[in-house]
Amino acid sequence: MLEYSNKLSEIIDHCISNAKKKGATDVEVGIVKSTAETVSFRNKKLDESDRSENIGLSLTAYINKKKNSVLSSNLKTDNLEKLIERCVEAAKITPEDEFNSLPDEELFFKNSDELDLFDETHLENNQKIDFLKEAEEVAFKNKEIVNTNGSSFSESKTEVVLGNSKGFKNGYKTSNFTAYCEVVSKNNGSMERDYEYTSKRHFEDLLKPSELGSNAAKFAIRKLKPQKINSGKFDIIFDKRISKSFLNYFSSAITGSSIYRGTSFLKEKLNKKIFSDNINIVDRADIKRGNGSRYFDNEGVKIQNLSLVNKGVLNNYLIDTYYGKKLNITSNGRSGGTTNLYFENGKKDLKDLMNSNKKIFYVTETIGHGTNIVTGDYSLGAGGMMIENGELVYPISEVTIAGNLNEMFIKMVLANDLQFNYSTNSPSVLIENMTVAGK
Amino acid sequence: MSKILKNSELDISTASSIVSNTLNKCDDGELYLEDSKSESIILDDNKIKASSYKSDLGYGFRAITGEVVAYSHSSDLSKKSLNESSNNLKSTLSSSNGTYNFEIKKTNKKYYSEQDPIEEKNFKSKIKILNQVNNYVRNKNSSVRQVTATLLGEHRSIEILRSGGEILSDDRPLVRFNVSVMLEKNGRKESAVYGIGGRQSYDAYLNEKNWKSVCDEALRIADVNLKSKPAPAGEMQVVLGPGWPAILIHEAIGHGLEGDFNRKKTSAFHDLVGQKVASEGVTIIDDGTLENKRGSLTIDDEGTPTEKTILIEKGILKNFMQDRLNARLMNTRSTGNGRRESYKHVVMPRMRNTIMLNGNHSQEEMIKSVKKGIFAVSFGGGQVDITSGKFVFNCTEAYEIINGKVCSPIKGATLIGDGPSALKEVSMVGNDMMLDPGIGTCGKAGQGVPVGVGQPSLLINKMTVGGTQL
Repeated sequence: MLEYSNKLSEIIDHCISNAKKKGATDVEVGIVKSTAETVSFRNKKLDESDRSENIGLSLTAYINKKKNSVLSSNLKTDNLEKLIERCVEAAKITPEDEFNSLPDEELFFKNSDELDLFDETHLENNQKIDFLKEAEEVAFKNKEIVNTNGSSFSESKTEVVLGNSKGFKNGYKTSNFTAYCEVVSKNNGSMERDYEYTSKRHFEDLLKPSELGSNAAKFAIRKLKPQKINSGKFDIIFDKRISKSFLNYFSSAITGSSIYRGTSFLKEKLNKKIFSDNINIVDRADIKRGNGSRYFDNEGVKIQNLSLVNKGVLNNYLIDTYYGKKLNITSNGRSGGTTNLYFENGKKDLKDLMNSNKKIFYVTETIGHGTNIVTGDYSLGAGGMMIENGELVYPISEVTIAGNLNEMFIKMVLANDLQFNYSTNSPSVLIENMTVAGK
Repeated sequence: MSKILKNSELDISTASSIVSNTLNKCDDGELYLEDSKSESIILDDNKIKASSYKSDLGYGFRAITGEVVAYSHSSDLSKKSLNESSNNLKSTLSSSNGTYNFEIKKTNKKYYSEQDPIEEKNFKSKIKILNQVNNYVRNKNSSVRQVTATLLGEHRSIEILRSGGEILSDDRPLVRFNVSVMLEKNGRKESAVYGIGGRQSYDAYLNEKNWKSVCDEALRIADVNLKSKPAPAGEMQVVLGPGWPAILIHEAIGHGLEGDFNRKKTSAFHDLVGQKVASEGVTIIDDGTLENKRGSLTIDDEGTPTEKTILIEKGILKNFMQDRLNARLMNTRSTGNGRRESYKHVVMPRMRNTIMLNGNHSQEEMIKSVKKGIFAVSFGGGQVDITSGKFVFNCTEAYEIINGKVCSPIKGATLIGDGPSALKEVSMVGNDMMLDPGIGTCGKAGQGVPVGVGQPSLLINKMTVGGTQL
């Protein structure tokens, strides 16, 4: 049994019965309550402290196949009364959509193993400051590190409760601890910045502050005095920070909405090969302490573990109730998107990939939003390092990399360096023969 | 008189005394109250896909001493909650011994009306317009496969309570209309988005002529892209069209001139005031006073009246954009650029409407002078790395220029450049300055605020174009 607050549960019951009294045939109510404390630290001093208390209620009223939603941070009875009235009245005059409905009863989440998503550890501001101070001190040990863009530590506790008029009601608590450190390096007129961050459900799982600071410093220093290379075709290795974005493009191209609407470069690719034989993609909601782990989706539906790509073949879409009904597929609990999404490890060491060609562009950052999910066209600003004969030799900046995701997916080779640092995780990725525009 | 507190259990004299008591030894700070309402209606795939109404009420309480900012916010407008916030601020700034600066210039000017766009037009008629839009787009072009049309309306009242009992207030309307289309022809798909908006009523924007021109423009761009060929890769000359392509100004120069990055010396521009940072023909302003424009504000989110701030005059860097904190620490005055996304967010120096003024060249002249390059007419978004100065923006409508002639359309590509040097590469400034249609949202440190941009056509000597064709 999951634990959640009685008070929020009562508000949900009250809203459901109130909306039904006013004429709704079905109702869904969700409340998210969170407190967050963030401390920012810069150049050996406290910069900012921020404490926030947020509560938000969302209510969707259905009148048969018509629906309307309201959201508010004001949970006082008289305000909710007015909003529910407004919601039901608006639903009455909203055109019908035959696919509007709550999920089918048999899909609702019932129970599961404890996922250990809540850590009640509370750090006082001075403990947060000590953490950041240590990170910055380690970074400043390097003479090239001359400034910081600020470090921050935030701790948040969130409670989610969801209920609907079909009898589903459940809720749970999660926590999150995030530490971020961004430093500025300088050398002979060249100034660069880079960062490291760590984000976990449990405080004890965070990177140590010294590692946070030394990584940020290392990344910022290796970018100094970058060169702009000549345009040409290059093999590219995408650092793990960047390669996980391929999973984000992939997942937005296989959501029920982009498949149904036809606005996806992966439309009509179900059961077809989109990656090479060695590639598997998994989305699992039930990883203990997982950053992306959840008990149920935004509609209360049980989240199935999915093998999205197996041996290169696309096996599943990400489906919620509405698009499930449109596409005639049962919801797999992806209202709210993916959970813990990852490429399974590849077979090769990163070292081997680095030695696979004499010259390889190692991309450690991208800039811009030049990915088109409709066509798969990909064009981004990029920076990183040149690898020659397996060694990092000099930094590169102000270039672009371009291709098409259909071709890039098929050519991808994965390293075996997967780590679960975020909710979406990828090992390093090699893609041969991409266009780099520079001088 | 506080309009926002009127309907809460917190009375103005209690709030004022907590504010004065908390800020009494600080350098600056305020209680920011916000009452916002917003409505969104989305038509997608021939249906009203979603309609929602949001009301949000809350406060953000800020105390500043020296460089340290303490902030506490809550959606619970009660004495108990405000006292907790006060204790939180006092504990952060326990050793504070600042001198409170009362002075905020007053203004009677208003750059938009107080009307509430959500309430002045009924729900049914908004749905009707979206359905008309859908029918118009689908009937106009048989290649249309998907249409999404969105109406967004917002009304936000803010009040700023300062120590000593002073209250500053503003009521801000904001509307936006967007159309996104996907076309399919001969097995090829392309999409495009266009929109309009500003601080006005729906009716001022959504007459038939206006919404039809938005639909026509989205269709035109998608249709051009159906014929596009792969974009070239490498350094070349770039002609930018007027209006929305001023994202270039926003990214390449704008962010780097925000006070916080310069006070912290992390901007590539921090030591360049008084120096030449652009070609002589380049003058850039940040203007909060344009009537009814998306980026305009009567007062900023600290209560400072906005103004027309000259950033670069004839190529020389003149001013940074400042909020009160950064202005005080840099011994200058606030330029009315202190903004926040909502009561949940701290104030930062942010842009309003950032505009490059006219020069004296024609667009035709620019295109004629280019041997090999691209003509970029429409853009998606952009991004900048303040410290290194590198910035990008993504073309959504562009053409190849060969020997002074505009040739075939090319696929969307990212353009990358270096902020401090890009504006030195501007060799012609056009005479056709245009503002964008009112759809820009700028993101910084996780906060989104509505902004505007504007520029005439520009010829840039070299930028790197991120296509696939070498």
